[in-house]
Amino acid sequence: MKSRRPMTDQPPLLHASGISKFFPGAVALDEVELKLYPGEVHALLGENGAGKSTLIKCLTGAYRRDGGVIRLAGAEVDPKSTADAQDLGIGTVYQEVNLLPNLTVAENLFMGRQPTRFGLVNRRAMNRAAAEVLEGYGLQIDPGEPLTRYSVAVQQVIAIARAVAMSGKVLILDEPTASLDRDEVELLFGVIRQLKERGLAIVFITHFLDQVFEISDRATVLRNGRVVGERLLAEVSQHDIITLMLGRQLEARVSEKKGGTPGELLLQVNDLAKRGMIEPFSLDLHRGEVVGLAGLLGSGRTESASLLFGAVQADQGKLLLEGRETRITNPREAIAHRFALCPEDRKTDGIVGDLSVRDNIILALQARQGWMRPIPRAKVNEIAEHYVKALDIRLASLDMPIRLLSGGNQQKALLARWLATEPEFLILDEPTRGIDVGAHAEIIALIETLRENGMALLVASSELEELVAYSTRVVVLRDRRQVKELSGDEITADNIVAAIADEERGAA
Amino acid sequence: MIRSTHLPLMVTLATFVLAYALCAAQYPAMLSTRVVANLLTDNAFLGIVAVGMTFVILSGGIDLSVGSVIAFTGVFLAVVLRDTSMHPLTAFALVLAITTGFGAAMGATIHYLEMPPFIVTLAGMFLARGAAYVLSTDSVPITHEFYDTLQDIYWKAPGGGRFRLIGGLMILTFIAGALIAHRTRFGQNVYGLGGGAQTARLMGVPLASTTVGIYAISGGLAGLSGIVFSLYTSAGYSLATVGVELDAIAAVVIGGTLLSGGYGFVAGTFFGILIMGLIQTYIVFDGTLSSWWTKIVIGALLFAFILLQKGLTWATTTRRKRATGSAQPS
Repeated sequence: MKSRRPMTDQPPLLHASGISKFFPGAVALDEVELKLYPGEVHALLGENGAGKSTLIKCLTGAYRRDGGVIRLAGAEVDPKSTADAQDLGIGTVYQEVNLLPNLTVAENLFMGRQPTRFGLVNRRAMNRAAAEVLEGYGLQIDPGEPLTRYSVAVQQVIAIARAVAMSGKVLILDEPTASLDRDEVELLFGVIRQLKERGLAIVFITHFLDQVFEISDRATVLRNGRVVGERLLAEVSQHDIITLMLGRQLEARVSEKKGGTPGELLLQVNDLAKRGMIEPFSLDLHRGEVVGLAGLLGSGRTESASLLFGAVQADQGKLLLEGRETRITNPREAIAHRFALCPEDRKTDGIVGDLSVRDNIILALQARQGWMRPIPRAKVNEIAEHYVKALDIRLASLDMPIRLLSGGNQQKALLARWLATEPEFLILDEPTRGIDVGAHAEIIALIETLRENGMALLVASSELEELVAYSTRVVVLRDRRQVKELSGDEITADNIVAAIADEERGAA
Repeated sequence: MIRSTHLPLMVTLATFVLAYALCAAQYPAMLSTRVVANLLTDNAFLGIVAVGMTFVILSGGIDLSVGSVIAFTGVFLAVVLRDTSMHPLTAFALVLAITTGFGAAMGATIHYLEMPPFIVTLAGMFLARGAAYVLSTDSVPITHEFYDTLQDIYWKAPGGGRFRLIGGLMILTFIAGALIAHRTRFGQNVYGLGGGAQTARLMGVPLASTTVGIYAISGGLAGLSGIVFSLYTSAGYSLATVGVELDAIAAVVIGGTLLSGGYGFVAGTFFGILIMGLIQTYIVFDGTLSSWWTKIVIGALLFAFILLQKGLTWATTTRRKRATGSAQPS
C-alpha cells in the first residue's frame, strides 16, 4: 500500500479497503483500496478491463462485493442497492445517460423524492423546483416536457443535476464528458469546482487525460483489478500516469507517415442522399486507403455510414462498386459485397450480450454463409482464437458471455466479428469511443495494418488527432453536408476545425 | 397545456365522442340516461379490472390471470355464502385478501425468479380457474338479503336511468387509480419500470416492492371486479368471465396505453371501456347485427390504435433526430 500523502490532514470521507470482486473465471477486483477526501476531485484511471466500472458498481451497491470494507465518514456502510447508496449520499452519473425516456425532465430529476402534498405528488412544485435547479446549470428548458425532447448533451446535464441533488457526500462521474462538447465540458467543470468548494468528494472517471489534469487533485490508477498507485496530480506528469496505467512505456501514439500509395478504385459514391438524414454525398474510395469522416456530433457521420452500408436506403444518387453500378438496399447485400460496419453504439447495435464471445465473433461470417451451411466447430474455434490473439482481446474464456467483457474488449470482439468476414470495405463508426489509452493505440495500429493490407476503410470519429493519425484523406461534414475534403499535408487538426468553423460562419 | 404525450389519450377521447355522436345521430335514444347508466353498470366489472391491467401494462408487464380470478372470486363468495353463515362483508374482505395476496405472489415470482410476466400469470390463470372448479363446477346462485340491499342501491336520474352502486364503484376505482398512477411516488415508479427496468433500478426505484405492488393491485382489483360481477349476476360460476383478461388488455390499448409500457393514462382506459361498451350498445339497438360484430369492431379498433401508436412513436423519434441535428452548439 502507498503511504498516506502528507497534504491531507483530514481523514478520508470515503475509505474503501480490501474490495474484491470475482466473476466466473476472473478476478475483477483484488483487494482494492480507494480513499476519497472531502473537497477533492479524485480521478479513477485505468485501461479497459482494469476494474474501474466494477469498483464503482461495488461502491454504489449495483454489484455485491465479495470482500472488503467501505467506510463513509468513519462509519462502516454496506450499500445493498443503488437506492441504498443514494440514501447514504453516494450519487452516480453513468457513462450512458441513465434517465427514463418516457418521463418528463422534472419527473426524472425528482424520481424517488418527488415533493408531495397530502401524500400526492405536487407537480406544480416539482416543475418549479426542477426549473430552478436546471437554471443553476444554465439550462432554461421546460421541465414539464418529455426528456426525449432534448438533446443527449442536455440529458447528460440533467443526469448530473439529479445525482448532485441526490448525493450529499460523494459524487461519482463515470465518463460524464464523453458526450459533451467543449462548452458543456466547461459548464460541467464549473459545477464540479463549485461542488468541491461545498466539500463533496468527487470521483471522476474519463479517458481524456487532459481533463483529468485539468480538474482532478488526486488519482488512483488501477490495472488488472489491482491498485498500482495513488498519486497527487500536482506532483506527476501525464507520462507518469500513462506509464502507471499501461505498465509499460506507451509507444509513439501516432505513426507519422502513411506509407504506400492507394491501390485501385474500389468504390465511387455519387450524390448519395437521404432526405432529412444526409445531403448528397460523394466520395471515391481506393483500396489501401483510410478516409476519415470528421464533424461534430449530429453532423451526419453515422448517417453517412449507415447509408453506405444499406442500413438506411438512399432516395437519390448512385453507388459504383469497381466501376459497376450497385444497389445496396439492406445490410445483407452490403455484407455480400464484402462490406462491413462496426456501429457506434456497441451496446444496442453491436454485441449480443448473452451469447459467448466465440458466437459473437462468428456471427457475421455465419450470417454471410447462410444458416444452412454451419461453420464447423473446429473452424469456429480456430477463427475466434486467431482474432482473440491478433487483437489481444482479454477474456477468461471464449465461452463467457460477451457482456462480461469491458468496453474496449467488446469493441475489439466486434471488430473481430467483421474482420472474420474478410471485408474489402470496412466502415468503423467511432471505433475508440469510451475506451482507454491502451486499447486506443492498439485500434489505431490495427487500422494502419488493415490499410497496409489493401483494405479500404471509412472511419467516422470525433477525435481529431486520431483522424489525423490514420487518415489518408478526411471528409468534413457539417449539418448533414459534406463541406470539405482534406488530403495529404492538409490533414491537420487545425484545418479540420477550420473547415467546420468556416462553414459555420458562412451559415450564420 | 396539451403535450405530445397526451395525444393518444386525445385520440381515444375523440374516438369516443365521435362514435357516440354517430350512434346518437342514428338512434337518438342512445343519449338517454338509461343508456348511459347501463353502459356504466354493464361494464363495471370490466372497468375495475382494466384499471389494474393499466398499471400492469404501464410497467411493461401483462396479467393473464384476472379473468380466472374474477370467476374464482364469484364462486368463492357463492360457496361461502351458501355453506357458511359468514356475513358478505367479511367474505368480501377475505376474498380481497386472497386475490391481493395471489397477485402479490405472482409479482414476487416475476421479480425474484426473473420470470416473464406472461408465463407467471398464465400459470396464475390456470391456478385460479382450477381453484374455482374445485369449489364448484355448477353455477351457484347467491341469495342473501345483504346482496339484495346492495343491488337496490341506485340513483334514479331524470329520464329513468338507474345509476347503480357498481357503476359508481367503477368510477371511484378509476379516480383512485388515476391518482395513484399519476400523483404518487408509487405511480411514478410504475412509469419508471415501464421506461426501462435497468435504468429505473439505477435511479433508485425499488423494483421489488413496485413489481409486487403492481401485481397485488391487479389481483386485488380482479377480486373487487369479482365481487362486482357477483353483485351483477347474483351467482358464482367457474366458467364465467373466460377471456376477460383479453378484453381488459384491449380496453387498455384502445385507451392509448403503449403495450410495451411506460406511456399511457388511466383515464384513457376509462374511455377504452366506454368505447367497447358503446359498440355493444349499438349492436343491441340495431337488433339485426350478430353480437359477434362486437369482437370484429374491437379487433379493428385495436389494430387501428396499434398503428396509431407506431405512427406516433415514429413521428416523435424522427422529429427528435431532426431537432438534435439542427441544434448544433455554436
